[in-house]
Amino acid sequence: MGSCYFEVCGLSAGYHKEPVIRDISFTVRRGEILALIGPNGAGKSTLLRCISGQLGIWSGSVSLGGRKLSDMSRQELSRCMATVFTDRTHAELMTCEEVVAGGRYPYTGRFGILSEQDRAIVRDSMEKTCISDIRDRDFHKISDGQRQRVLLARALCQQPDIILLDEPVSYLDIRYKLEFLTTLQKLVKERRMTVVMSLHELDLAQRIADRVLCIREGAAARFGTPQEVFRDGYIGRLFGIERGSLEEGSCVAELEAAAGAPEVFVLAGNGSGRDTYRRLQRDGVPFATGILYTHDLDYPTARALASEVVSLPGERAMCGEQFQAAKRLVDQCTEAVVCRDSFGPWEEENRKLLEYILESGKVKK
Amino acid sequence: MRDRNDVTAPTDNGASSYHNKITHDIICFAALGVLILALLVCNLCIGSVEIPLRDIFGSLGSGGRGADGTVRSILWQIRMPRAAAACILGGALGLAGYLLQTFFHNPIAGPFVLGISSGAKLTVALVMVFLLGSRVRVSSWGMILAAFAGAFLAMGFVIVMAGRVDHMAMLIVSGVMIGYICSAATDLVVTFAQDADIVNLHNWSQGSFSGITWENVAVMAVVVAAALVSVVCLAKPIGAYQTGEGYAVSVGVNLRLLRVMMVLLSSILAACITAFAGPVSFVGIAVPHLVKRLFGTAKPLIMIPACFLGGSVFCLFCDLLARTLFAPTELSVSTVTAVFGAPVVIAVMLKRRKGRS
Repeated sequence: MGSCYFEVCGLSAGYHKEPVIRDISFTVRRGEILALIGPNGAGKSTLLRCISGQLGIWSGSVSLGGRKLSDMSRQELSRCMATVFTDRTHAELMTCEEVVAGGRYPYTGRFGILSEQDRAIVRDSMEKTCISDIRDRDFHKISDGQRQRVLLARALCQQPDIILLDEPVSYLDIRYKLEFLTTLQKLVKERRMTVVMSLHELDLAQRIADRVLCIREGAAARFGTPQEVFRDGYIGRLFGIERGSLEEGSCVAELEAAAGAPEVFVLAGNGSGRDTYRRLQRDGVPFATGILYTHDLDYPTARALASEVVSLPGERAMCGEQFQAAKRLVDQCTEAVVCRDSFGPWEEENRKLLEYILESGKVKK
Repeated sequence: MRDRNDVTAPTDNGASSYHNKITHDIICFAALGVLILALLVCNLCIGSVEIPLRDIFGSLGSGGRGADGTVRSILWQIRMPRAAAACILGGALGLAGYLLQTFFHNPIAGPFVLGISSGAKLTVALVMVFLLGSRVRVSSWGMILAAFAGAFLAMGFVIVMAGRVDHMAMLIVSGVMIGYICSAATDLVVTFAQDADIVNLHNWSQGSFSGITWENVAVMAVVVAAALVSVVCLAKPIGAYQTGEGYAVSVGVNLRLLRVMMVLLSSILAACITAFAGPVSFVGIAVPHLVKRLFGTAKPLIMIPACFLGGSVFCLFCDLLARTLFAPTELSVSTVTAVFGAPVVIAVMLKRRKGRS
């Protein structure tokens, strides 16, 4: 197989003559996971529907392993591409096993009767997705997390080369989110499948995806590895974040910082200050903090929430410059909070700052 | 290519529950078959003239000879075609209801509530009145064609409405409305057509299996059998369509073709019923639900024949009551089917509400 196993080229489509996606192109290698991210209504679902053949293509092409999907018969296509979409699944009086067995559709005969081999594949798919124990349960009486795994098992039954998933873990709790994505990741590596999925969970997208495609207003924006995409404040711009912020290194969101001149000085570091920062944010109190190395655990939160941060890069030693800046901020503030009382030999300035704060009498009991 | 055989050996515990299901299905089918036979015999025996079982078998054995003239003609000219019609058309109704419920993903859909029967009724009444006036006898095929035109038009209207309303109750309301409009128009036509023959038409427009001839039976048997076979052949794609339209596409169903086929087949079935028995209410809605409970599955391959047999049982039973309950006065079969069918619909709606909360 070539390096670009799945290729989408200049794809445009829409509903009722209204274009929703325009000129989208990207490629995915075999065995890779591509995550589609972007704001609500940007066209992620439309793109997936278009690729899967549920929505007509206006222009452009989709090819798998060098063959255009439009040249394949319906049966051929359904044998190499499976979907897990957000449509409601009607499964009245169906057990989970029967729902999963639905995935054998492209392989069964005229009346859809399962052969012994089909049954074995159904069982295997259920084992792989850890749902063997609920196979006789009514599909409508299982939890959301189990339901998604049943639908994944059904997709596996099609023995596809590529699986398309539309927001597969939305509405799942964190345990099921992780469980689902871990299962998916394992399967992809085992079977060398290609996955294209839209995800609203940016943190998880950053972790699971080999490649990320950003969709904005129906067009492809940035495309690359997570390291290439999650940087330079791009994600904030992609989603148009105005209130609050997203730290891209680990995809941690913080609410909007309190505006105004700092009223409280927080002496923090070594991860001791984050909870205090967030408490002050909840109370709507603008604050200043220091002296932090930029690699400190407190630093991303401080950047997001503090009005002013006294900081320095990790390869330099603290010196009088930072101490003076911090001292000025303490003087400006009416109150101070001390989050730690022991310091390493490399942060003598922080110890001096602590003494200064205690002398100033601004620490509330 | 990949190895498609990399699967574990089959285990036994799955197989036994599978065989239990098959046994259960066979028992249910057998029960329906026995019920049909029993009801057929009842329908032949019971009536204003009681015909003993012995005479019936005697008459059947001798191919219509034996017995005395009146009994023979009652049996062969009236009761037998009527019972056969109830059996065939009842099955067609059950099947049409199943198709419509599946097509609209709507559990209370049926040819009657969606106005399809009434649409067919209107066109049949128009054709009959028009042709009676010019003294031309309408053949069975002509009736079916007229009914099909009406059914198809009403179905088209309902489909357009389905595209515009997203709530399933609204779809039913619009179907009921078109049903009323068509019924009103039919009544108008029937009222102002002043012909002695029109009395029959009035009976027919209320829904009745009376006055069916062998020629009618032959035609309906051909049409319904063809439709039944076609639906059975569609069982597999219908199964995928049931779970979801998008999903059906992704496993390779030709969605447009399937939809067209379902609309055509349900219209043909509804038309066939209406052409010969007028609009019969509630069988189409109730039977699929009863059958689904009986078999405990919604699999099309089971549901399609089961709905057919269930519809036959339901109609044979209701027609028996319609004929005998207040004999010699005959009830319209819709009166009886409504009594038994409407509670089922209410039960379905209550159950859905409970399921949602």
